[in-house]
Amino acid sequence: MNVALAKTDTKTDTSRALGEAFANVRERLPGTGAVAEARQRALEAFERQGLPHRRVEDWKYTDLRTAMREVLPLAAAPDEAAASRAAAILKSAAVKGARQLVLVDGVYAPQLSNLGKLEKGLAVRTLRDALETGGEAVRNQLLPPKQSADPMVALNTAMMTDGVVIEISEGAELAQAIQIIHIASGASPAAMFTRSLLRVGNKAKVTLIESFVAAEGAKSYQAHDALVVSVGSHARLDHVRLMEDARDAFNISTAFVTVGAHAHFNTFNLTAGGQLSRYQAFVTFGGEHARVETNGVNLLNGTQHGDTTLFLDHAVPNGASREVFRAVLDDRGHSVFQGRIIVRPDAQKTDAKMMTRALLLSDEAEADNKPELEIFADDVTCGHGATTGALDQSLLFYLRARGLPEKEAQALLIEAFVGEAIESIVDDDLRDIAVGAARRWLAARG
Amino acid sequence: MPAVQETVDRVRQIDVDQYRYGFETDIESDKAPKGLSEDTVRFISAKKNEPAWMLEWRLEAYRRWLTMREPEWARVHYPKIDYQDYYYYSAPKRKELASLDEVDPEILRTYEKLGIPLREQEMLAGVVKQRPVNDDGEEGEAVPERRIAVDAVFDSVSVATTFQKELKQAGVIFMPISEAIREHPDLVKKYLGTVVPTSDNFFATLNSAVFSDGSFVYVPPGVRCPMELSTYFRINERNTGQFERTLIIADKGSYVSYLEGCTAPQRDENQLHAAVVELVTHDDAEIKYSTVQNWYPGNSEGKGGIYNFVTKRGDCRGHNSKISWTQVETGSAITWKYPSCILRGDNSRGEFYSIAISNGYQQVDSGTKMIHLGKNTTSRIISKGIAAGVSQNTYRGLVTAHRKATNARNFTACDSLLIGDKCGAHTVPYIEAKNSSALFEHEATTSKISEDMLFYCVQRGLSQEEAVALVVNGFVKDVLQQLPMEFAVEAQKLISISLEGSVG
Repeated sequence: MNVALAKTDTKTDTSRALGEAFANVRERLPGTGAVAEARQRALEAFERQGLPHRRVEDWKYTDLRTAMREVLPLAAAPDEAAASRAAAILKSAAVKGARQLVLVDGVYAPQLSNLGKLEKGLAVRTLRDALETGGEAVRNQLLPPKQSADPMVALNTAMMTDGVVIEISEGAELAQAIQIIHIASGASPAAMFTRSLLRVGNKAKVTLIESFVAAEGAKSYQAHDALVVSVGSHARLDHVRLMEDARDAFNISTAFVTVGAHAHFNTFNLTAGGQLSRYQAFVTFGGEHARVETNGVNLLNGTQHGDTTLFLDHAVPNGASREVFRAVLDDRGHSVFQGRIIVRPDAQKTDAKMMTRALLLSDEAEADNKPELEIFADDVTCGHGATTGALDQSLLFYLRARGLPEKEAQALLIEAFVGEAIESIVDDDLRDIAVGAARRWLAARG
Repeated sequence: MPAVQETVDRVRQIDVDQYRYGFETDIESDKAPKGLSEDTVRFISAKKNEPAWMLEWRLEAYRRWLTMREPEWARVHYPKIDYQDYYYYSAPKRKELASLDEVDPEILRTYEKLGIPLREQEMLAGVVKQRPVNDDGEEGEAVPERRIAVDAVFDSVSVATTFQKELKQAGVIFMPISEAIREHPDLVKKYLGTVVPTSDNFFATLNSAVFSDGSFVYVPPGVRCPMELSTYFRINERNTGQFERTLIIADKGSYVSYLEGCTAPQRDENQLHAAVVELVTHDDAEIKYSTVQNWYPGNSEGKGGIYNFVTKRGDCRGHNSKISWTQVETGSAITWKYPSCILRGDNSRGEFYSIAISNGYQQVDSGTKMIHLGKNTTSRIISKGIAAGVSQNTYRGLVTAHRKATNARNFTACDSLLIGDKCGAHTVPYIEAKNSSALFEHEATTSKISEDMLFYCVQRGLSQEEAVALVVNGFVKDVLQQLPMEFAVEAQKLISISLEGSVG
């Protein structure tokens, strides 16, 4: 009998150790009453499942039981030294003109953040504050009951320590982008558990940037993040996420997004850092005539493993979605893309398209694609495409013939390849940021 | 769109229960005691007069099966199967037949009714009768005369194999596998279980323990099999499981085309069918394997029907070898089937053409696996899924290139068509590339029949149903073209039957 399967019935070693760790740090975790109960339930849910493994269909290609093995203990609150290390890296990670909200080792750092002169219609507070003193409405948004199906989300619910809660009131159009920066500074291996909430009111408009970076000397840490977003009707959210964690770090992040009627949600994710990462986004159409564009790029080399998993749930009629995903893999890089489009029985006139392409630069690289369609309504147009291949030799030859050195010619072609995903970012400034991150990866490749 | 009166009337006449092969043959049979145990396995082996090594092989599979779990990953839902509630062996009484004349006339009549002539002289006459006849009774284009050797499997045993003599002359071995185990033990020993090992999966392992019959084909080097080979499977007995095992070997430079058909009577309870098919091609050899699967799909309320759990796999062992699967799936309550190709030899090629149609409460989870191991291997997948009624139709396919599969190529197109708003069509491809020179292309679409197309056809005087049939036939044309002529005709008819009652 399969050992891993047999184990799911009982507590796994990992979860047992975690149960003890949870008891030890309980006092440091914010929230009492309903919040504490939700944590306990989530912990039990995680303990039942343990770390996901290859026999769990949604985690087929990212087996955390063999790759991650254990959940590290909760990171200590950052001291002054950690804050100054974080400040050093913040300079390069901060996007010019954006309002920075900085989390160091999973704890909100007010001295590094920029909360001065909040625009009208914008309210920001910490997750700790929201869990401790926030009303039931905020709590319900932070702890929706259906989220616990995924073990890693359950783990996040049990352990979340801090984060930011951003609320944009109806009709507010923010000129300044908001940037959440996660900085790992710990010198000893530890795990951070963060969760943030963004509520975009009806007819409001905002740009959100998320960055994951490591300070000098950060060691094999684990970043466990969750982002809960609701986009009101006729609202607009532009979202860019840049994951440039340390090369020996783990990053497991989940985004839950609900999009209201006539709203427009444009999101882009870039995975370039980390030893092993998983970004899973669950996007649900809550109102009709909404438009969603989800784009992503995995740039991996060395022995990196990057997993981007998207679930698009067309729960209502007349929704439109576009997904464009690209992976560039060198050395022994391993990219995973899973994209599932679900069209519910009543979601007629849905228009969904998904395209995923992988570029393999080395014979040891691996690209796994699983673009899924799950369709229960008949009057829809849905399609997906997937390709995998190497750089086109004739294009390369063309550029070489015109005098470009091999590396440069390759870089040009790779940039063009990745560009297809980046181009779909609507906002000009955001597009430049994404291009910048891609160029950093190419430059580092040498 | 609202259904026209004519459609409504016609649907009422036919209802969803239009399964044509639902009759039952009343015949005495010899059964193993109900349930599954080591004794059952020994019983089957003894009935077949098997050598000791075969019994050991079965018992080993049975012991392994006890430790395995039924797979749950497929998108099919059914009540838990009680494996002790089935008969694992059932054979029409009367044994050791010297010629076809000794076959129970009831059985011969059954096959006649199914349109499968077992007498060689009738076979020739049958071809002429097989001209497609359209609704007005006019004969369509005549089908070119072709001969097919048939192996007829009735419940657990093969009752007749035709054209033995002529095949023998060509050197082709075509016989029930139970006979092959006795007469060609070396060949069977060499190949059985090498493509689908006894430990492969839950259903294949169960099959290895209790398989009762099936076909064995060996085509010697350089021989092009002089006729199409065919097996016709029929489940008749109540509560029996049919576990057939087919093994086809194409030696160097040979070619064989093999057809498989199946039907079952209409019954309220679910019946189990877990087959294993193994294909092996050596250098420059080719096997073309076509299936028209038309097991009883259950009635309009989803009661009854066959559970069809099949493991089919081909191993392109030699260089430049080729395996091509073509399937038309219209029957079964549950289909769980993934004909696969292991492209081991350099320059080998795998093909998969499929039409899966589900209506009523049918659930289909089918697709293929193309496993590229050798250099310059190519594969092509064309899959068309059509869902109507309240059925669920899933394409699940794997394309993988291993480290050494330099220049592997795959093209996949899987399209789904939905008829009505209560059914579901799903696509679950797995695309894994571990070699940079591998080039994979995959595309999938889902849509409903365009109103414009229907309108155009209706405008020109076609009825609503004819228009749907026309559009659907156009949709599945790519696959039908791959079928041998006789099957293409039958398949086309099947498609129109499966879709009747789905418009409106």
